[in-house]
Amino acid sequence: MDSFKEIVNYISNPTILFTTVVLVFPFIFPPSDWFEKWHRRLGLHHLWGTKFIVIAMLGMVAFFMYGLGDYNFQKIVLKPDNVPISGLIFLVAFFTWLAMNQAYKNDERLNAGEKPNEYFEAPNDKVLVWPDLVYVELISLIIASAFLLVWSIGLPAPIEEPANPTESPNPAKAPWYFLGLQEMLVYFDPWMAGVVIPSLILVGLMAIPYIDRNPENSGFFSYNRRRLAISVFMFGWLVLWLMLIIVGTFLRGPNWNIFGPFEYWDIHKLEALTNINVSEIIYIKWLNKGLPDSIIIREIWGISILLGYFLILPPLLAKTFLKDMYARLGSVRYSVFIVLILIAITLPIKMYLRWMFNLKYIIAIPEYFFNF
Amino acid sequence: MAEQTKKSFLEKAAESQVWKSIFRGGGVPRNRRQRMMSVLNSVFLHLHPVRLPKHAVKLKFTWCMGGLSFFIFLILTISGILLMFYYRPTIEYAYTDIIDLAEQVPFGIMRELHRWGAHAMVITVWLHMFRVFMTGSYKPPREFNWTVGVILLLLTLMLSFTGYLLPWDQLAIWAITVGSNMARAAPFLGHEGPGASLLAIGDINFITMASDARFALIGGRFMGEAALLRFYVLHCIGLPFIIMIFMSIHFWRVRKDGGISTPV
Repeated sequence: MDSFKEIVNYISNPTILFTTVVLVFPFIFPPSDWFEKWHRRLGLHHLWGTKFIVIAMLGMVAFFMYGLGDYNFQKIVLKPDNVPISGLIFLVAFFTWLAMNQAYKNDERLNAGEKPNEYFEAPNDKVLVWPDLVYVELISLIIASAFLLVWSIGLPAPIEEPANPTESPNPAKAPWYFLGLQEMLVYFDPWMAGVVIPSLILVGLMAIPYIDRNPENSGFFSYNRRRLAISVFMFGWLVLWLMLIIVGTFLRGPNWNIFGPFEYWDIHKLEALTNINVSEIIYIKWLNKGLPDSIIIREIWGISILLGYFLILPPLLAKTFLKDMYARLGSVRYSVFIVLILIAITLPIKMYLRWMFNLKYIIAIPEYFFNF
Repeated sequence: MAEQTKKSFLEKAAESQVWKSIFRGGGVPRNRRQRMMSVLNSVFLHLHPVRLPKHAVKLKFTWCMGGLSFFIFLILTISGILLMFYYRPTIEYAYTDIIDLAEQVPFGIMRELHRWGAHAMVITVWLHMFRVFMTGSYKPPREFNWTVGVILLLLTLMLSFTGYLLPWDQLAIWAITVGSNMARAAPFLGHEGPGASLLAIGDINFITMASDARFALIGGRFMGEAALLRFYVLHCIGLPFIIMIFMSIHFWRVRKDGGISTPV
């Protein structure tokens, strides 16, 4: 079984884990016809059948049960504040399945020319709030209270040593719901990872209904007719948000190194890393001379790359791949949408640049704390 | 004894003056009219419409996550008020008060209830948003209410974050240190943020270690007494006050925008 642990440790490395997830993702949540075709051909639509969720849940329970026999796994998973995240993994898996299961059933109904399952003939199909809703609420409240009480009696809230501002723990982690952001700190400077990106996540979430505003296909679960919107949302929610939280919680150890779930958190684990900036690659590696004194000349390459990315790429896309979308959204909505998406995509881009070329910053102006 | 219309105790009680004065309309809701009146005449229940589409009462559709978020918020409010009896937000007492909660208070699970409830609320809010997205319920005419919901998400996270500091143990201050250090990199407003050095007249910087966003957040240059007090006030008074306003708007708009979303 040690080889199993080693395999799990190996594939837990973000380079492998993230690449696999990114490659598999569009086939699971197909955003276009082509992916949809392969989604069906590979049989991935069975993921949302009843059989699969039973197997998946049992598999996950078995993995956790097996893992808890391992000292290192146990230590990190049973840390009191990490318990909710284990719960979150199960809950998100279940509710993703529940949503997609109903969505696929409704898609079939719509394709057959029927109304979705949630359709009702007003006013005959209406039910009374008392008693039909109040008793559902009452039962939910009782179950939730019981659940919280059992959890509270069973698991004491964590309390560590008294605060000591002079002795920082290694690793020092933010609360778990911010660990996705802390994970971004590996690839971005604090002003991006801690301020700009969180603000843009909120702005982006708020912008959703003003960009995707066709009131059709709302009020019921569906996939096919909203596949691009759902696919993009799922990528942000499941991969960029939740997966990074899970990586940050379970896999980041001392010195913010990556440790597999069955790996001992060795403080002395060394990862030799000399990250370099675009300007250093160009002037020192390629041109074999020192960095120029002028900041503008030094950073002109990085600035051009970013200007091209944010100013030239959007109109190019509007003329080619996203022609239909541009026509549908209009210039203002399209600009907001594409800039938000491009910023979101800088995260995976910077991850790969780091992993492949040890790239640190595209623009590095530490003189003004402006590093990107 | 031909008539078997013997009234139950509940029905008899429902005819009393006391009952009628408390529950407007009175009576035990038995027939359709009484059931509708019982919703209309209750300050709590009238958040709901009287009648709903049938999928609105199916857990499979609603997941009940929005309702649970609100319910957990109430649990957190009650357990939080109880905790305030025992907890003093000073460096001298904060940590020992938390220890006392576990060791001196018989059957003391209020802190557990509060902490695990807070984690649970973050999760239920996320899942609520997930459901709303998957059913396309953010679309017009509900787009503004989705925006209010995003603000509620932010407030939920801020409430959880400010509460995280209060036990004043290593876990607390270092988690908050990591978080609040971000403020010092805020563009223009943090002393290590891009553009901050531009906000200066001659040699005089406006944004320094003692005047930037982080300083405002923790009330000093270092994590200390002021930070604890600020987070305590925000956690117990400031943020709950704001979130209640936004929750009111959120619930009111759910009704005004047509209740639970339905297929066209």
